[in-house]
This record gives sequence, structure tokens and C-alpha cells, in this order.
Amino acid sequence: MSMKFDAKKNYESTQKKVGYISRKKAKKSDYEKLGFISGLEVHQQLATKEKLFCHCPVGVYQKGDSYDAELIRHMRPTLSEMGTYDGTALMEFKTRKQIVYRIKNVTTCTYEVDDTPPFPLNREALEYAIEISLLLQQNIVGELHITRKQYLDGSIPTGFQRTAIIGIEGEIPLKNKTVRIIQLSLEEDSCREVSDIGHVRTYTTDRLGIPLIETVTYPDMVTPDEVAEAGQVIRFINRSSNKVRVGIGAGREDVNVSITGGTRIEIKGVSHISWIPELTHNEAFRQKSLLIIKDELLSRIENPAAWKPVFKEIKFDVSDIEYEPIKTAMENKWHLIACNLPHFQGILSHFTQPGKIFADELEVRLKVIAGLERPNMVHSEDMNPVFNEEMLAARSKLLASHAQDAQLVFWAAEEDIKTAMDTIEERCRMAFEGVPKETRKALSDGTTIFERVLPGADRMYPDTDSAPIPIRDEYIESIRQKVPESLAKRLAQLKKWQIPEDCYTFILRNNLMSSMEKIIKELKVDPKFLGTFFAHTLKHIMGQYASAIPFDFNKIYDLIAYAQQNHLTFDILPDMLKVIYQQPRIEFDSVLNLIEFEEYNKNAILKNIKSLRSIFNGITHSRNPQAEWKWIMGNLRSIALGNMPLRELSQIVAQELKEEGGAQ
Amino acid sequence: MIDIFKGYKGKALEALKKFNIRVWSDAQIATTRGKFSGIILPRSENDDEFHIVLKLITGYNVGIDVSTIESMQEIGYKEAHYKIPEKEFPYTEGKPKVKLFGTGGTIASRLDYRTGAVIPAFSPGELYGAVPELADICNLETEKLFAVFSENMGPEQYKTLAIAIGKEIEKGIDGIVIGHGTDTLHHTAAALSFMVQNSPVPIILVGSQRSSDRPSSDAALNLMHAATAAAKSDIAETMICMFGPTSDEYGLLHQGTRVRKMHSSYRSTFRTIGDVPLATVTREKITPIRSNYNKRRDDKTVKILPYFEEKVALVYYYPNMQPDMIYSLIDNGYKGIVIAGTGLGHVNKPLYPAIRACQQAGIPVYMTVQTLWGYVHMFVYDTGRDLMSCGIIPTENMLPEVAYIKLGWALGQTSDPEEVKKIMLTPISNDITKREPYNGYLIYQGGVPEVEEFIKKVHK
Repeated sequence: MSMKFDAKKNYESTQKKVGYISRKKAKKSDYEKLGFISGLEVHQQLATKEKLFCHCPVGVYQKGDSYDAELIRHMRPTLSEMGTYDGTALMEFKTRKQIVYRIKNVTTCTYEVDDTPPFPLNREALEYAIEISLLLQQNIVGELHITRKQYLDGSIPTGFQRTAIIGIEGEIPLKNKTVRIIQLSLEEDSCREVSDIGHVRTYTTDRLGIPLIETVTYPDMVTPDEVAEAGQVIRFINRSSNKVRVGIGAGREDVNVSITGGTRIEIKGVSHISWIPELTHNEAFRQKSLLIIKDELLSRIENPAAWKPVFKEIKFDVSDIEYEPIKTAMENKWHLIACNLPHFQGILSHFTQPGKIFADELEVRLKVIAGLERPNMVHSEDMNPVFNEEMLAARSKLLASHAQDAQLVFWAAEEDIKTAMDTIEERCRMAFEGVPKETRKALSDGTTIFERVLPGADRMYPDTDSAPIPIRDEYIESIRQKVPESLAKRLAQLKKWQIPEDCYTFILRNNLMSSMEKIIKELKVDPKFLGTFFAHTLKHIMGQYASAIPFDFNKIYDLIAYAQQNHLTFDILPDMLKVIYQQPRIEFDSVLNLIEFEEYNKNAILKNIKSLRSIFNGITHSRNPQAEWKWIMGNLRSIALGNMPLRELSQIVAQELKEEGGAQ
Repeated sequence: MIDIFKGYKGKALEALKKFNIRVWSDAQIATTRGKFSGIILPRSENDDEFHIVLKLITGYNVGIDVSTIESMQEIGYKEAHYKIPEKEFPYTEGKPKVKLFGTGGTIASRLDYRTGAVIPAFSPGELYGAVPELADICNLETEKLFAVFSENMGPEQYKTLAIAIGKEIEKGIDGIVIGHGTDTLHHTAAALSFMVQNSPVPIILVGSQRSSDRPSSDAALNLMHAATAAAKSDIAETMICMFGPTSDEYGLLHQGTRVRKMHSSYRSTFRTIGDVPLATVTREKITPIRSNYNKRRDDKTVKILPYFEEKVALVYYYPNMQPDMIYSLIDNGYKGIVIAGTGLGHVNKPLYPAIRACQQAGIPVYMTVQTLWGYVHMFVYDTGRDLMSCGIIPTENMLPEVAYIKLGWALGQTSDPEEVKKIMLTPISNDITKREPYNGYLIYQGGVPEVEEFIKKVHK
């Protein structure tokens, strides 16, 4: 092998070859060129009192280290009704994971841990799900069939999620297009992962079983921003029903991305919509990179089927390696395995994502599939090589490697070696095909890592523990009566009210339409003022100050009504709201005291203008009327606030200054 | 005739016929609720006649209300063949030979579309396809004796099983495993404990509480534990092998006459009553808990006693039970009765004449306790002494179900009451034990601090 291989330079040049540009610089035409398409799966917890298939409470969470009991399960793949094993299932089986569930009595009964069959489906959840399905204008099924969707990662102790389709098709409006919906399902939420170390994965069961709806769109979005917009719109629609849970983890997105020649990659568990654009952007370029790697490899290797990595155990002396992971591995009597990847030079350090190279794909698969904790390998294109020249020479000799090859070394316990070798070979072979089908985990820096093989439709089974539930026309109609206005209608209403467009997101996200309607109708408040009062003033305060409890938006109605009753002008509202937001239980009268409001009539306020002018003239020689106006307003603001409109006061002051000036 | 409308009836069947659509059609359906398309699936016979089941392209199943259907069109046909991949069970020289008898139940199974139920799958090849680890433990042969659910097992099956076991032992098998539904697993275990005596090899009954079509099923591990116990343990007893804790950790080997299903759905449902289990079993080893058991032998001798009188009743006593319950048994020609009495073995006074009538009719009446744990003690209270004078015979700490099986077995051999009594009260397979160990009765109460501490530390 070449010891002078410049990995950094290779990373940079391959990044250029891929044509990677930052999202800021990317234009719509760049995504068009890539053939970017994306679809969403939006998960949203429903605000029911109990879980979907048992009577445990919803929304009580435990800390990972707080539990009453632990129990252990292993997952085995089973046959689908079409008679085949699912790919994901087989992969998970390979990992030989011991799954530990941490249970709290208060949130978990024998149902969650699969020691009791399901109780009848929660009707409250069904009704909420149908309501949201109606909002999406879906075709609602005639009969609900509870289906088992296999998850062998242990995130559900049964090994499957109980889920049922409520409606299919449907659509949502985006600013410039309509996005089609594939389906909406009602399902139970999964466990929360505490840790995943070696062959032990630990979960808590508190979230398990919370009713969840999953809205799946067609891959109709063609830019990262559109994907985020679709996510927002679905969130608005869900929240407009008022039947969904809010807060951290209550809504999560899975994003599917593919480009021309690539494959559908599912990015799982995106907890912030704001992450979506960066994640999908990077995924598109990761796929592009893998396609370029494929072309490069196929140009080097005539017969990919005959390609074979060479594995040899390292027996030569590595005792002076100052690299902790290898030192620890040697202390644990693990084996050090060297691997030659023929014709892979320049591939290991090939750009895949910002800051990531192809070798990272191998490393993460070694962790996930073979259970080797990271770091689990070093390779010939490391930016910071671990082996010294002497060792490298010994390794090259051991592997009989050639100049065009790449090498890696991993360390593992005896029982993990076979899976690790298979994993490396499998992933390298996939590079000849391009983009392997997989689900990936979203990281906060906008990149993703391998999570598991993408499951197919083969993992669906009918649930033999539950009977189908008929959904009759009358039932649907009774729910239709309660359905709020469609998003399109809401948007039209906001436009009609002449509310600035930048207010829409805040209003819809917090489901404020009905509160606003009530205030406008009953208190005769100007809609435009109200819209900005919510989406600018309140939003600003929420961003700046802390509150002990979630803000009750109905307080705004009370506040405005109070101001009207006490003949306070609306200029005082922001100051009052600041206090109310921070101290939700405070009386409005006390708020006025706190901000030192005193009642003055208009004349009493205006009377001060003359004396203030003379003071101003005494302290300064400035003849700048603007400065004088500003100074007078500053002095009068505190007594005018709430007593007379500041705009009127300002006009009067300006007028007086002007008259004076005119007389001079 | 081939049924192309599997499971459909009434209105749904009419709709399928009207639009000329069969099961497994890839169909497009227009309804008043919009368009649906997918594969028409068979319908469970117990479900209503108003819906058609469709598998969507996404893999989900949905039902279509036939009253909403405007039109249906077949655009393709895709019949599913559901099969556990069958691989030849590998033979390894030197590994113990184990025979697996199938009786039905959920130990290895697949889904049946029509009923939505689980049906057994069984051949060695299928088992090897599903649980390849078995080949590391033993050389397995299988034989399907019947395909019945646990609740339909009865005397005929007990006898057939006992004879089949006898034949295998004579042929030199190293261990027997019986796959069985769990509901009456302990009845069968008791029956085999009496019908197969002096076995030189382990006889293991095994089932599963979660069918093997579920990823977290206990079936595979139970089967591995059972095969390990049958192949390697030196405990030549009739035993039930099921989960110890609900966790996938170890199995317990329970004496066939001292075990009972104690939870309707838990994995760790089988508990030894009034004693400790015989051993724990993992895939690696068997760790005996008791030492007083019959050891494995090299010979091929065994005593098979396949007898059973079917007119035997087990009566669960309750306050205010009317004597006509007992009289009806006499009138219907019952040959023996086991009562599960309250407390130390009691029933109310109005029943006395009926019990006396049994004695006069030559129908033996045996007393067990519905507390399950503990002995019948009929000398403590007058009630007990009165009952004994009526002819009732206490059965020490024999479990009610075991007493029922044993009485049927005894009456199958003789109708002489004295002979029956001798058989009943002579322990054959720890059905009566002389001592109840102090740790033979343990029922922890959740919520109590020390128990909470225990279950936090030890996997349940």
C-alpha cells in the first residue's frame, strides 16, 4: 500500500467531484439536477387519557435510571404471510441483542411487556384519528384491521407494533403545490431507548403504547424546503384538531429521500422540523457520492461478483500502540483482524457527507450489526494513522496487498468476528450497487448514520389477538360534525383578516384560530392587530422569558377584555403580557401595580408638554425638533401608556412642536 | 370444488360474485368513500359478512364495507403460499437422539388466513427452518400424533402418547419431548406420570405462551430448553419445561404431578406447587434444584399403563353448593369423584347425604384442597371428621387436577374401591409428598418494599 496516500486531499477532491454545495448556495435547479424527491411520515401522539391497547396512563415519563423492575427479551425473525423472512428481521437477528426493558409500575402493566393480550382498542384514540383523517380528506376504510408491523430492534417487547389504517389517499396544501397523502394509520408508540452498548440494548416502557397517528405522504416534495413545509402543514392540521399531544417527542418525522439512480432512504426520528432541510440536502449528496463511488469501483473491477476481501488475524507485535481502543481490546484478549479491500484505495476516505467518509459507513454498520462499540476500526485512509510504518509494512505483508487496495483493522471478541467480517464484505459489495436500502438516524449536525436495513412490506401480519372493527357511515358522520375547518379555509381566513404572512406559522402551530375568532367576534378587536399581537409580541416574549407552566392562550382573551373594561389603551398590553407570561397566576390589577400604572386623563397628560419643552430647552441647545420630540415622548410614555394611544400623543406633540416652529 | 371465495359469505360473497372477483385478486374497488386497491384476502369465518379484506400495497390490511362498493375490477392475481422454509434437519454423529411428539398447540405454528388463527407447523425440516439451534443440541426425529388444541386433549390422547413413548424407549431413544398446548399441559403431564413408569430417559412436555409467529415468542427458547433437558439431563422423570421468569433467561423443569398453569397469559405461567422445581435449564446446562429424582439409565425397560376411566368428575366446591350437583353425578353413572374443597378440605353440611349416597353406590369420593398449596387435614375440625365418616377420602397434598387424572387412571385398572384407594394413596411420582419444604409455598405480594427491592434487582 502507499503510505503517502493523502486522505484529506482525497476527501476534498472527491467532495468537489460529487459537486457538493452548501444548502445556502443550493438552488431549486440543483435539486432538479440531482433528481431529489422526498416524502414524509409524520408521527403524532394523540391526547388521550389512556394508552391504545391497555389502560395505562399516557404521558408519564420516567428517567432511564429510575425503574421498578427489568426484564429481558430476545427477538427472532418470523415468516410473513407471503411466506418469506424480512431483511431487517434477519439483520436484527444477526446482532444477537439482549433487550432489557426497564419498567415503572405506574406506566406499565402486563400488556406492554407482552404477558397479556391486548385490551379492546381505545375508542377515544380511534375517534381522534378519524377526525384528523377527515381533515386530510381521506378515503376512510370500512373496517379497521389491526396489523402487526415487525420491529426486531426491541423497541416493542412483542417484536411488532400494532397498527391499523384509518384512511388512504388525501392531500395537503403547500404554498405552491398540493402534496398527496398515501395513508394515515393509528398505532402504538414504541419504547424509548436508554442505551445500546455491545450486545445489550436498554429501553424504558413509559412511552410504549401511547396512541400515535402516522401520516404518510407521497414523495411529492422536490426541494428540502418543501419537505419542511409539508412537515409544518401536517403539524398544523394535526394540531388544529386540538386532539394531539404537544411537547418534546410528541411529534416526530421520518423523512424518505432519494435521487435519480439512488434509492429510498428513510431518515428516522427527526424531532425538529427545522432539521429537515439540512438532513435531506446532505442525504441527496450522500447518495450522489455513493453513485460516484459505484462508478469508480466498476471502472476498476471487472468482475464485482468475484471481488473478495481478505481477512487475517494480526499476530505481530502491536504492544507499543498508544491507541486506547486497541490497547483495551488486547487487554480483553480480543482479536485484531486485518482486512484487505482490493481496489478500494481512495474509496475509504471518499466524501459522503460533510465531515464523513465511506469508512464511516463501515464503522457504523460494525457497531449496529456486529455489536462492536465505536471506535471499532482503523484504516489505511485515516486522517490520523494509528499504526507505525513498521506495523503497516507487516500488515501489508500479512495481507499481500497491492497499491490500489485499501486496508482496515478491526478488533472484536471471538464470537463477533464472523458477523463483523460478513458485515464489512456485505457493505463493500453494496458499494458496487450504489445506495443500499436502509434507514438512517438523524444527527443534529445535519448528517445521518446507518440505523438498520430498510424493512419491506413483508413485515406486516394480521393481528390474531384482535377482531376487525367496522367503521360505519353514521359514525364517520358524527365525527365530521366536530371537525374544524380545513387548513385551506384557515389560510383564506388569515388572508382575509389581512394578517401578515410571517404570522401564519405561529398562529397555526399553536392552533390559535378559534381563540382569535372569539376575540375578534366578541371583543371587536382589529384582526391585524390581534394577529401581530400573538405572532410577534407574544412570540417575542415566549422567546425571551421563562414560564413555569405552558402558556394558556385563552389568557389573551381575558387580558384584552380586562383592558377594554378598564378603558386601557392597547399600548399597555405588551408590558402587561410580559408579566402575565412569567407569572401566569397573577391578577390583572396586580399587573398594573407591578408595572406602576397610574390613571391620568388626556388633558392631564397633554398639560405636561409645555413644561417639558421648557426643561428641554434649558438643558440643551439643540434646536433639532426630532430630538426634542423624542425626549418629550420618552418622558410622557410612562404616564400615557394605557391612558391614551401613544400614536395620538405622538401626533399631538409633533403638532405642537410644528406650530411653535411655524410661528418662529 | 376449489373454494375461490375463502371465508366469504352473505353480502360480501354476493358482492364478490357480482363483480366476478376471487380471493387473491389484485383488485381496484370504487366506493362511496373513495378508491381502494390491493389484493383480496380470505376472510376469517368468524368475522361478519359485510366487509371484504384487502391487502394494500403498503402491506396493511383494511376492510371495505360492501354497502359502499360501486364497482370492483380484477387487474391481476397473486396467490400467497405460506410456508416455513423447510431444510433437512442435519444429523450429527454422537449427539443424543431425541424424539419430538406433536400434539398440536402453538409450539411451532403459522397463521391461518381463513380463521386468523394460528395453526401448527411441525416437520423436523420446518422446525429446523424456524429454530436451527436445535441441531446443535440433538439429532431430532419428529412424529405428529395428533393436531388438537390443548383443551381437546383427553384420555384417548393420553393413552396413545403413553404407548408411543413406550415404543420409542424400547427402541433406545435418549429423550422424549412432547409439544403441547399450555392450557391442559399439566393434566397431560400428570397422566403420563402415571401411565409411563420407571422411564430410563427424560420425558419433557413443552408449550409456548406466545405463538411462534411472534418475534418475542417463548416457543423457540422453550423448545431449545426442552431439547437440552431431553438430550442431556440425567433426570428421568416426566416433566414440564417452561419459562422460569417472564424474561428470556432460563426454563424450569417441573415434576409432572406437582405443576399447574397459574396465569392465563404470562410466559412464566407454570409453577411447581407445594415443592420446589426439579431443575433450572438453559441452553448451556441443567442445574438440579432437587436431588431426589429418578436418574437416567442405560436400559430400555419401561412400564406403560395406558388405562383411563372417563366417568370421573372434578367438583370445585363453593358455598351454597346444592346436593343435586352430586346426585346428578350418581344418576349419570359416574364412577368416581374428586372434590376441591375449601380450606383444609371442607364442604357444607347439605352435601353430606349426597356424599353418603356415593359411598352406598360404591362411588369413591376423594378430597383435595382448592387452596392448591397445603395438605388436606380432615381431623382438625368436626366438619372434616363428619365428612370422613360419610366415606370421603383425603388425598394429602395431591393437586386437584392430578387427583382427577389419577382417579381416572386407577378406575381404568380396577373397580374395587379398596384397590382404587390403595393406588390413589400410594405416591407414584411425587403426586403426594411426605414433606412440604418451607420454600415450597412462595407467593410474593407486589408493593411490599422488600419484594419491590427483590424484583428491581432480579429479572422477573
